[in-house]
Amino acid sequence: MPLIFFIILDVPNQLNNRMTQEELLEQIYKKDSKAFTSLYDMYSKSLYGVIFNLLKNKEEAEDVLQEVFVKIWKNIDSYNESKGRFFTWILNIARNTSIDRLRSKDHNKNLKNLSVDNFVHILDHNATVVNKIDAIGIREFIKKLKPTCVRIIELLFFKGYTQQEASDELAMPLGTVKTQNRNCINDLRTILEV
Amino acid sequence: MEEFINSGILELYIFGVTTEEENKEVQEMAAKHKEVQAEILSIEKAIVNLSYSVSPHLSPDVYHRIRKELIDKHSEEPGAIQMQPRKGIASYIGWAAAVVLMFAVGVQYMMYNDKAGEAQATARERDKYEQMVAAIEKENNLNKEKLGIIREKDNAVIALAGQEVDPNAYAKMYVNAAKKEVYVDIAGLPEAPEGKVYQVWALTLDPLTPTSIGILDKAKVAENNGIIKVDNFEGVQAFGITLEPAGGSKAPTMEQLYTLGKV
Repeated sequence: MPLIFFIILDVPNQLNNRMTQEELLEQIYKKDSKAFTSLYDMYSKSLYGVIFNLLKNKEEAEDVLQEVFVKIWKNIDSYNESKGRFFTWILNIARNTSIDRLRSKDHNKNLKNLSVDNFVHILDHNATVVNKIDAIGIREFIKKLKPTCVRIIELLFFKGYTQQEASDELAMPLGTVKTQNRNCINDLRTILEV
Repeated sequence: MEEFINSGILELYIFGVTTEEENKEVQEMAAKHKEVQAEILSIEKAIVNLSYSVSPHLSPDVYHRIRKELIDKHSEEPGAIQMQPRKGIASYIGWAAAVVLMFAVGVQYMMYNDKAGEAQATARERDKYEQMVAAIEKENNLNKEKLGIIREKDNAVIALAGQEVDPNAYAKMYVNAAKKEVYVDIAGLPEAPEGKVYQVWALTLDPLTPTSIGILDKAKVAENNGIIKVDNFEGVQAFGITLEPAGGSKAPTMEQLYTLGKV
């Protein structure tokens, strides 16, 4: 009973959708004192999900997450909406920083636990109560994604493959990758009701 | 426009894997069509939630560590963002709720303990009554059994009269010749003192010869409700009961002869 109670308290802002990108950016541009907290609340878990999926190591992923936030903070003035969605911008920073880390010598020394190979495996390997998202059952739904979808989303979203790279990897025509991905995200949206 | 949305370009746009040219195209379409913009937001929401949900637990320490890093090293210029610790009303509500919850849990626990105690007491009571019933049943069965013995058709009943030691004492012997069974009923004897037992003797006269046919130790007496089976002795002419030291004696202590009766 108490555990469930706290899980409910902890439902993330992004799922309540309290703030839009525009509202967040307004806070950031105004140098609002709550800006960092808002930014962190909205995106830290998502970025950490992406980073962890690439690095498969919690400590290292935390380290990279910190690096990513520092980069976002330092370069926030260089972002503008003509570059795309804010989330896309920080997502790219997160993926690129992770990939840089993967290529560094430092990483190879600490390399461990690479048995999990996609984001659905991460769900299985981190099936703990502390992963509070479980409270609303999204995990179980995500596991219902088709295997092809898991592979496509893994490559295009989590790993940031280009269409061409994904097409080569999956031995799938270029156009098919794009439409299949669309179908997969539609499935996901049906599951998540967004 | 429908075709544009269904092409899958918007997903790739959110993923950040489109070319600059494609980005421009998407942004132009989004500016022109509300549906495209709405679609972008929905896709983004789905993908933010997806990546959120695959994230392992993120310790609150990380938040504090990053905030410290940003304030200490990257916000030095004047007018920089001064970070405040998270002290919204929400955190107090959270703590208040936690306190209320703990209290409620405590009360529940106490109530539970009370009820559990009551249930235990009731269970003990029930056990006691069950034991009483069992004891009474046992006693009743014993009585029936003893009554059966006494009522045997072929019984000869020999009354043993009180002697000098205790003239009020009496006992009865039930001799079933057909079954060759002998019982003694010592309900009329005083309770044997500590360390002493009654011993039953079969006597033949001329010359007087006593033969022990039973030592009535206390446990035996209690177990059999005072009606105890003793050895059969062919040709018995009289029965006597003496008080003897625990374990019995080889010969009767005549000074302690309580009852005597002729067959």
